[in-house]
Amino acid sequence: MFQALANPQRFMDFSRWAAPLVGIKAVILIAIGLWLTFTAPEDYQQGDTVRMMFIHVPAAYMAMFCYACLGGASFMGLVFRHSLADAAGRACAPLGAGFTFLALITGSLWGRPMWGTWWVWDARMTSVLVLFLLYIGYMALQAAIDDEVKAARAASILALVGLINLPIIKFSVDWWNTLHQPASVFRAGGPTMPAAYLWPLAFMALGYMALFGSLWMVRVRSEVWRKRANGLALQAAG
Amino acid sequence: MPRISAPILLALAFFVATATLLPLAVGASSARLSAVAPGSAWLALALASLLSLERLFERDFEDGALDMLALGPVPLEMVAFAKGLAQWLANGAPLALAAPLVAVALGAELRLVPLIFISALIGGLGLAFTGGIGAALSLGSKRGGVLIAVLVLPLFAPPVIFGAGAIEAFAGGLDWHPALGLLSAYGLAAAALGPFAMAAACRNALS
Repeated sequence: MFQALANPQRFMDFSRWAAPLVGIKAVILIAIGLWLTFTAPEDYQQGDTVRMMFIHVPAAYMAMFCYACLGGASFMGLVFRHSLADAAGRACAPLGAGFTFLALITGSLWGRPMWGTWWVWDARMTSVLVLFLLYIGYMALQAAIDDEVKAARAASILALVGLINLPIIKFSVDWWNTLHQPASVFRAGGPTMPAAYLWPLAFMALGYMALFGSLWMVRVRSEVWRKRANGLALQAAG
Repeated sequence: MPRISAPILLALAFFVATATLLPLAVGASSARLSAVAPGSAWLALALASLLSLERLFERDFEDGALDMLALGPVPLEMVAFAKGLAQWLANGAPLALAAPLVAVALGAELRLVPLIFISALIGGLGLAFTGGIGAALSLGSKRGGVLIAVLVLPLFAPPVIFGAGAIEAFAGGLDWHPALGLLSAYGLAAAALGPFAMAAACRNALS
């Protein structure tokens, strides 16, 4: 699949209909997810605020998933020197930063009624904040170098360095402090969450994933167009 | 009278100046200060070790020496390793000597001094090689210094955690060996892997 889509023209043909299709899928999934979110029973401890979870937790999943995509695109760009992979990396970073920001903001809004504070320096929040800073660094490096190819390669190296460092940072921050509740969905022995909460969470997570996929394709498309426009402008200038 | 232009003197001055601001910011009561003294010394250390990073590759890049090194018989990875090692010895080691002084001035207990020195020395290895990656990546960019700080500071999280954690554990009468072991592991891993990233970044900037 990667081989076939690595050709920019084939990617453009594929994403012309795939991007809107996946976008529609995202809208449907998120609509169902939201409906389930608001019809889910109140939690006996958290009351209505439990609904924050369905916005917050998928955003946190996506924050990490986008970085994995960024790392994958960077690896492809560095090893195969493919311009489409560079475009994919460049297109991915702001989306990942957006999801990370959403996770941080909704986590903070959720923490206020639950923990009585906007922010605690616990392990997970701190490592997500560091992840956000890694995205910022990636985008800053890309913006600071004028030559586009060099900027893409430098940013790719940074993304891979970050990818190696992420588990270390995660481990070190966990080691430093654990105050957050332990994982309750993906764990040995099945989820500890009732089905009434698991379904909206699943729909929202899939919806976020589809939204990301669709926006990513749209952004890569605009990158390809921008490069073509630059090429045409150069040609016209002689 | 030596000129105060040697980078390490500037870094030391920056280190002391940052530490001086701490009592002014949080208050001079010794109870409050001594609680945060080792951690603050580590924070100031991490910031001070950023300073000379900008010169690590930039000058050689500008005057063409890096081109020569890239064409030479020694692989660029070895050059990057030597540069990281030099950064550690010329910048990290003097800062490590100053770290106990700063921590004690802020109110850390004297029995912490050996551990503060050792953790700063070992941590400096990780800071030098991680920082070197940022320095190599920002070659050819418009604003080197601030960019390096933004790239590198998030990656400084593990050494700061382990370094300050070892001292805190020791001060609290807990087992401090794991933290120091993890700090050493981070430093050695950075020294082993960092040169590859640095060399790739240099080749990219030179191409």
